[in-house]
Amino acid sequence: MATHEHYYVPAQSKWPIIGTFALLITMVGLGTWFNDLKAGRPESHGPLIFFVGGLLVAYMMFGWFGAVIRESRAGLYSHQLNKSFRWGMSWFIFSEVMFFIAFFGALFYVRNLSGPWLSGDGAKGVAHMLWPNFEFAWPLLNTPDPQLFPPPKEVIDPWHLPLINTILLVSSSVTVTIAHHALRKGHRGALKFWLALTIALGIAFLTLQAHEYVEAYTELGLTMGSGVYGATFFMLTGFHGAHVTIGTLILIVMLARVFSGHFDNDEHFGFEAASWYWHFVDVVWVGLFIFVYIL
Amino acid sequence: MSAVIDDHAGHEHDHGPAKGLMRWVLTTNHKDIGTMYLWFSFTMFLLGGSFAMVIRAELFQPGLQIVEPAFFNQMTTMHGLIMVFGAVMPAFVGLANWMIPLMIGAPDMALPRLNNFSFWLLPAAFAMLVSTLFTAGGGPNFGWTFYAPLSTTYAPESVTFFIFAIHMMGISSIMGAINVIATILNLRAPGMTLMKMPLFVWTWLITAFLLIAVMPVLAGCVTMMLMDIHFGTSFFSAAGGGDPVLFQHVFWFFGHPEVYIMILPAFGAVSSIIPAFSRKPLFGYTSMVYATASIAFLSFIVWAHHMFVVGIPVVGELFFMYATMLIAVPTGVKVFNWVSTMWEGSLTFETPMLFAVAFVILFTIGGFSGLMLAIAPADFQYHDTYFVVAHFHYVLVPGAIFGIFASAYYWLPKWTGHMYDETLGKLHFWLSFIGMNMAFFPMHFVGLAGMPRRVPDYNLQFADFNMVSSIGAFIFGATQIFFLFIVIKCIRGGEPAPAKPWDGAEGLEWTVPSPAPYHTFVTPPEVK
Repeated sequence: MATHEHYYVPAQSKWPIIGTFALLITMVGLGTWFNDLKAGRPESHGPLIFFVGGLLVAYMMFGWFGAVIRESRAGLYSHQLNKSFRWGMSWFIFSEVMFFIAFFGALFYVRNLSGPWLSGDGAKGVAHMLWPNFEFAWPLLNTPDPQLFPPPKEVIDPWHLPLINTILLVSSSVTVTIAHHALRKGHRGALKFWLALTIALGIAFLTLQAHEYVEAYTELGLTMGSGVYGATFFMLTGFHGAHVTIGTLILIVMLARVFSGHFDNDEHFGFEAASWYWHFVDVVWVGLFIFVYIL
Repeated sequence: MSAVIDDHAGHEHDHGPAKGLMRWVLTTNHKDIGTMYLWFSFTMFLLGGSFAMVIRAELFQPGLQIVEPAFFNQMTTMHGLIMVFGAVMPAFVGLANWMIPLMIGAPDMALPRLNNFSFWLLPAAFAMLVSTLFTAGGGPNFGWTFYAPLSTTYAPESVTFFIFAIHMMGISSIMGAINVIATILNLRAPGMTLMKMPLFVWTWLITAFLLIAVMPVLAGCVTMMLMDIHFGTSFFSAAGGGDPVLFQHVFWFFGHPEVYIMILPAFGAVSSIIPAFSRKPLFGYTSMVYATASIAFLSFIVWAHHMFVVGIPVVGELFFMYATMLIAVPTGVKVFNWVSTMWEGSLTFETPMLFAVAFVILFTIGGFSGLMLAIAPADFQYHDTYFVVAHFHYVLVPGAIFGIFASAYYWLPKWTGHMYDETLGKLHFWLSFIGMNMAFFPMHFVGLAGMPRRVPDYNLQFADFNMVSSIGAFIFGATQIFFLFIVIKCIRGGEPAPAKPWDGAEGLEWTVPSPAPYHTFVTPPEVK
């Protein structure tokens, strides 16, 4: 760094404090709602508070990201600031990976350790005395206490919808990369096409996933309450689905920006960050497909 | 640089701070944000401390006299949560905000708006958490480790807000840590190579990595709780095929790195302070860096030493026992280096040095009792006794908190432009030192004699030691109000501080005037 570039430090910003109140209101609303539901109190204010908070969060995101985009397009950002964004996004994705690792860890622990112990295997097999008739098998089609946690009749067959979903999501990782290459070469038409196709694949994935959930609940009896199989299944696929939804929204914003003529051929970190995120949800899905559906 | 969009962009480093309350609400300045973190942390320290005073007042003598047992449980829980997440962690983030840009020659933190967001989430989260104490069902009462099923099946309603408060603190910590890493990796002045960074910067780099790695796991942990409580899942319920012990694994996978998150920055600060008052360079800089990294690595593979009695296979007990003992090696390297730095130095004992030396000695005592607890068969006896309480208070009070006090006295002249009152500072140290040892040392004895932790009443045989503990705790608690007075006195006036008030101190932070101007290193300095 022989010559020094100016590092952009915004003087003041109202967005963080708006974000703080937005998040606080959202969480208070959600907490009130959940507690009222559980206690069976009718006419909870929770949903309304949650809705207001959610709107504020959306407003904050529009405002904050909008400000960043305007500053970036006005040329206020140096190469060095760009690198801060790259580090920031990389470590954010790492934190997301660790979030999923907590649930994958729970799955491995139940399947390989505590599950077998519960049916009398190994060092801690004494746990079998709790429910002497319980036999552990994975997928868990019987639970120790079927009254409390009615087990599923069946689980999702990996070689139907999940396989199609794998193909959809892996292809979408390819199409977003093709879109990226088109952007770098300045082929705006191709960029729009491949990016739109990526979004379409994402939406198709989400639609099939929703279909799978309906099938699980209505036909298979596989619910969040159907024992630890359902718990890990819906936790992992649910949070993944939420991330695909966020990723799809991000890509839609990117497409809108492409249509507004944003992004240089060389400098387009917003787009790159979106595609990193998309690849991340894709990799998580491959993990899910293997460890949740197949094995 | 064009400034067509942002009216404040072109001249942002010319103007000083804005006026009034909005300066603090909207600020993106690392010094403002650092100050807010430090004040927030101190407020939480007094609040968490007042809860500790309730605990010690109840334990002053056997029998139930002051509070209901149910409220006592809320006090122990909130004391732990507030001290860990509200006092110690934000204090270190505040120090990082103030000092890291000054130490590496950066104009500010890498992502200034995100920095403001990280801070303001904390008061919001704690407002939500503390307010549950006033609800009908009471606040969280399941201990700061919130083991399932106490925190799920048998939890009060406030647990839902507790979970969301943890989420907000987690978001704050992760964003703060991302900011620290991006700043250190990207904003160092030319010539400031990694191995020239002050150790405080190194330890914070590694701490930030730990934060990003484990705060999401804590988020996952409380999310599983939320689902178990409200949506019928059975992660922590054996009746559905889950396991309550799973909770402890996930929690301590977060929890053990967490305890290093609370001590590594203190290691870094002390590694600046001891050389300054020994007038010698730090002994073994490189080994300090590698020792810190080793401690961080080991912190990921020792979590089950918190769970020796919960029922894990013998091979697990052995693995976690030996892995835990390994931590003594890099920690020993550090203690050796601090002592060697002082060896044959021209020592003077100003307040920061007093706290730093006490840190080395007392933290080592806490380390040794940790080693005793690491021995699985011995832990069967110590588990859940006051010995454990003595151990972690010895690493957190004279460890983390003395590290913070040492840092505060060391850098107060830089922050305020005034020297603090040295006599009062020394008095603060000695009262804290005496109070803290009086409060926590007897806990070793009652713990070894079998007094369980988290109880509002106890057997008569423990009465004398508990009374001593309580008196010590009251001395320590009252002394911290005195610290508030010292800081305010220092802000309002005192002998003007030169740019470098400590003749043995080294680092870029001493090249800027005291108090540090609102904007520093807009043009990065050249580091040789």
